[in-house]
Amino acid sequence: MAQIRIQNVRKEFGSFTAVASSSFTIEDGEFFMLLGPSGCGKTTTLRMMAGLDLPTSGQIFIDGEEVGQKRARARDIAFVFQMFALYPHMNVRRNISYPLFSQGMSRAEARAKVGEVAEILGITHILDRPVGGLSGGDRQRVALGRAIVRDPKAFFMDEPLGALDAEFRERMAEELRALHDRMRATTVYVTHDQLEAMQMGDKIVVMNHGVVEQFGAPQDIYDWPATRFVAAFIGAPAMNFLDFEGTVGRGATSLRLGDAEIAIPMSRDGRAGALTLGVRPEHIHLDPDAAYRGEVVAVEYMGTTQIVSLRTAHGALKARVPAGQRVAVGASVGLRFDARTLTVFDAANGRALISAANEKVLSHG
Amino acid sequence: MAEIVLDGVTKRFGDTLALDAVSMRVPDGAFVVLLGPTGAGKTTILRLVSGLDAPDAGTVLIDGQPMASVTPAERNLAMVFQQYSLYPHMSVRENLAFPLKSPRLKTPPDQIAAKIAAVAEVLQISHKLDNKATALSGGEMQRVSIGRALVRRPVAYLMDEPLSSLDAKLRTDLRVELKAIQAETGGTFLYVTHDQIEAMTMATHIGVLDQGRLVQFGSPREIYENPVSLYAASRLGQPRINILPAAVFGAHPAGAASIGLRPEQIVQGEGADSLVKRVERLGDQTRLHLSYRAHDIVTVTDAHTGLTAGDIVKIRPEKPYYFDADGARLA
Repeated sequence: MAQIRIQNVRKEFGSFTAVASSSFTIEDGEFFMLLGPSGCGKTTTLRMMAGLDLPTSGQIFIDGEEVGQKRARARDIAFVFQMFALYPHMNVRRNISYPLFSQGMSRAEARAKVGEVAEILGITHILDRPVGGLSGGDRQRVALGRAIVRDPKAFFMDEPLGALDAEFRERMAEELRALHDRMRATTVYVTHDQLEAMQMGDKIVVMNHGVVEQFGAPQDIYDWPATRFVAAFIGAPAMNFLDFEGTVGRGATSLRLGDAEIAIPMSRDGRAGALTLGVRPEHIHLDPDAAYRGEVVAVEYMGTTQIVSLRTAHGALKARVPAGQRVAVGASVGLRFDARTLTVFDAANGRALISAANEKVLSHG
Repeated sequence: MAEIVLDGVTKRFGDTLALDAVSMRVPDGAFVVLLGPTGAGKTTILRLVSGLDAPDAGTVLIDGQPMASVTPAERNLAMVFQQYSLYPHMSVRENLAFPLKSPRLKTPPDQIAAKIAAVAEVLQISHKLDNKATALSGGEMQRVSIGRALVRRPVAYLMDEPLSSLDAKLRTDLRVELKAIQAETGGTFLYVTHDQIEAMTMATHIGVLDQGRLVQFGSPREIYENPVSLYAASRLGQPRINILPAAVFGAHPAGAASIGLRPEQIVQGEGADSLVKRVERLGDQTRLHLSYRAHDIVTVTDAHTGLTAGDIVKIRPEKPYYFDADGARLA
């Protein structure tokens, strides 16, 4: 298996920049997510790693070897596109063994190899069945089997679960991740679904308009977004943004929002002007003593928790509070924010101000 | 708006019993969500209420009036199907105006224009009003279908998985919007979905259907906190409720075959050892995948837990549910 390093890779289609100069490293054995909205450049990035597109400039290293201008077949990558693309006229065994015969492997060797893969995927009992009558889950396992059987350096997957309904998708995501935990194969996975990225990834790259917005561990990205875009894209409901005019001095531990003094992590940056306070829904507490106020507009029951929609002097907010808490629509409530979790953004460029809380995560760029 | 009542409604398709003596009352102004997997009978109920199908036994009543001899058009219901059905040769605007131009309604043109503008804004399709219906994406066509129902003021709205073809962000927005429209207009909604988030967040009442039978009817909170059966308990909750043999945690009520544990019914740090198999960080919460006496359990813990795979964590049930061998709730 392999480490993959992307260095200053850039892709232009005519005058359109699909991927602006990007650098990141995928460590050997990682489950790595390329996350972003459609058109952000994530699929182009994956295709360049695979050799299906060649970068306009920059280098791609697979296990230290520079392969940026090499074609796909020279890279030894298994690409899993649509999970359900199987050869309909072949049975399960033939579907899985097909890549081996095209590599020139002997029949006995291939048979042993397919048996091994079927064992890993739990599909030994269906090896001699036609693929036509299989359930969606089994079809996906067969498609995976075809990728695994080749022992490639890495697996690349482009929205493999995109077409599935929610419940089935969740089950398949768990299964894919469990498979990865058993095999520890370097996997690069493209998705626009932030929950899928959080759930499955060891690392995430968040892209937008061809630019890498942030790169890191899922929890770090969730807790300490580098930009307002990342903060809004990851998490459901999204992070709340309170726009205000004000000053956050270097070393400041609070800011003024209307008449309220809001405690924040100690700022390492100094900024004055248009600023945005970012706060996650679960970090807002309804507290009658809090100075900052909001009016309850709607309540959505979610079982363990409830989502409270609020109107404030600085815009709409959503808070996630325990389901047991009594909340009346129309009531004015005090809002207390978890000081140690807050991020302040420069409204002009959308970048997070560096603070004592996020400097570790954001210092590596 | 109106009250809808089903009284002992049964429907067969050949040998299949699609609905088995279903009795249910949709109060005036309620948002009732029918929840259940494919084949549970959700869509059949909508079709019987709309008049597209007739029951084999039992009665459908709208505002107290039996509907047996009332045509679909006379029932004055607005329907949205999962499969959008638009007039392809018309623009979005014309599609939205069509229900208002029926000879029975005779809506003045300025009112039609205002209605269309308001509905288009809610559904985020204002910029597409002059496009041909065929020039839209699937999600946009679906929004126009919803719009065609919302421009009217019918006796009730019947909707069959109207949001299932939309992307996640739009689904979240429209959930809130539909709920707001219902609150504002006081409209009666009968809404079919298999999406539990839609059911929990929008419904005033949920009807849980299992193979043609209505097994529980109540507020989302009642069904989540007080399910009548293993089946009903499994409809709501993410991560799903954990179902284990009743005896794995020791003493249990007589007759119990299984124990049901939602994440909040599992106390961590007390009780018996379980093995952490995987720690799944979702940002706002972290899921623990545990192995307890060879059984898998998924629960939720603090977002920044220090636990990692291979650790041992003690767990104990807290006010769990017990079910008998048939899945009926015991305690």
